[in-house]
Amino acid sequence: MSEELHDVRLTVNGATHEIRVPARRLLSDALRHDLGLTGTHVGCEHGVCGACTILVDGAPMRSCLMFAVSAAGHELTTVEGLADPDGSLGPVQQAFLECHGLQCGFCTPGFLTTITAGLRDNPTPTHEEARDMIAGNLCRCTGYQNIVKAVERAAEIGAERA
Amino acid sequence: MKPAPFAYRRPGTLAEAVSALAGEPDAKVLAGGQSLVPLLSMRLASPAMLVDINGIPDLDAIVVNDAGDAVEGDDGGVRVGALARHAAVLASPEVRRVQPLVPMALQHVAHATIRNRGTTVGSIVHADAAAEMPVVLALLGGSVEVEGPGGRRTIPAEELFLGPLQSSVAHDEIAVSAYVPGLAAGAGVAFDEIARRHGDYALVGAAALVEGDRVRVGYLSVGDVPTVVDLSGVADDELGEAALAHLDPPDDIHATAAYRAQLVRVLTTRVVRSARDMAEGL
Repeated sequence: MSEELHDVRLTVNGATHEIRVPARRLLSDALRHDLGLTGTHVGCEHGVCGACTILVDGAPMRSCLMFAVSAAGHELTTVEGLADPDGSLGPVQQAFLECHGLQCGFCTPGFLTTITAGLRDNPTPTHEEARDMIAGNLCRCTGYQNIVKAVERAAEIGAERA
Repeated sequence: MKPAPFAYRRPGTLAEAVSALAGEPDAKVLAGGQSLVPLLSMRLASPAMLVDINGIPDLDAIVVNDAGDAVEGDDGGVRVGALARHAAVLASPEVRRVQPLVPMALQHVAHATIRNRGTTVGSIVHADAAAEMPVVLALLGGSVEVEGPGGRRTIPAEELFLGPLQSSVAHDEIAVSAYVPGLAAGAGVAFDEIARRHGDYALVGAAALVEGDRVRVGYLSVGDVPTVVDLSGVADDELGEAALAHLDPPDDIHATAAYRAQLVRVLTTRVVRSARDMAEGL
């Protein structure tokens, strides 16, 4: 018996894509395997680690906890969509570079998307708010200190560029 | 792992959703999916069909009535639609004003990222005894409205939670909204929990409601269902022991029964004092 396939139109980083997938295709897998957008990483695949976090209509969500068929009609933003239009690093990416906010880099896409949305909601976080902003993302390398610094630095860069 | 294959329906109306459920006994409702999708991915659940209700309009409504409106109850109340995300409920100043226990508990529900997608009604009917919102419903004496082939019915909180992850919502019914009464004038509420990390499931959590001499505390993660204990008339230094007389905290890999009992003592005292302070306007 062949599995029923669904035609899904996804809008990712402003571009529209048509894919034909089974209903069980996780959005994270659709992004990576069907669209080749491998910037979104998959760690635990059950919503705990945060590596697969993308922005859905601007709000961070776990792409491993959504089905691609459910994502039609939403504006999706992945880590590939965070660079400035001229291709230079966005504020959060630049801050990670300056603050050494990553080591192996596996968790980084989820942090970048989460912090991008977090700073949009709260452009001037306190130290405590910066920590809270990343509380739902796991990193096994850095010990988080430089990621918290990167949140604060990204807020500065955002203010400088505004 | 990946979910097992399932048929997928995305109805545009509640009536179509109910009829899709009626046609497949092994169907599950997909709302936020923040609890359901992990169960599917780990293949702890493999329903034959998912009925995705995210395309049904108006299910995301959050309706707040003030005391005296007399629409729902004398003290007003909060009705949350099946597609209202935790984040939207948490951000609502009207909800906070009429029933502050709701945001107090919601800020402990997972992380902001999960709250952006997960729904409050979904969390309630998922009936996880380690979750915050079932306890809020049970403590406040709320209810869930469901729609099935026979029409709508209201399930009071005390008849909703049957066992671990088991609610009395029938397989062919959809939870349409959840309702909690507002906080009466002069009453107080409080919520606290102890978790290994912020956002993790609580080892123990407690919510208190103090109305005059009436003191009630609801607990999560101490049994198979959310448990509410009446502690009216109990002296402050005996609250914990009085609560434990009604509870049987379990032993598991996260905490021993003895440690959970200690958390019950600490949290009971803490939330009752805090709710009383609020009631007294402190």
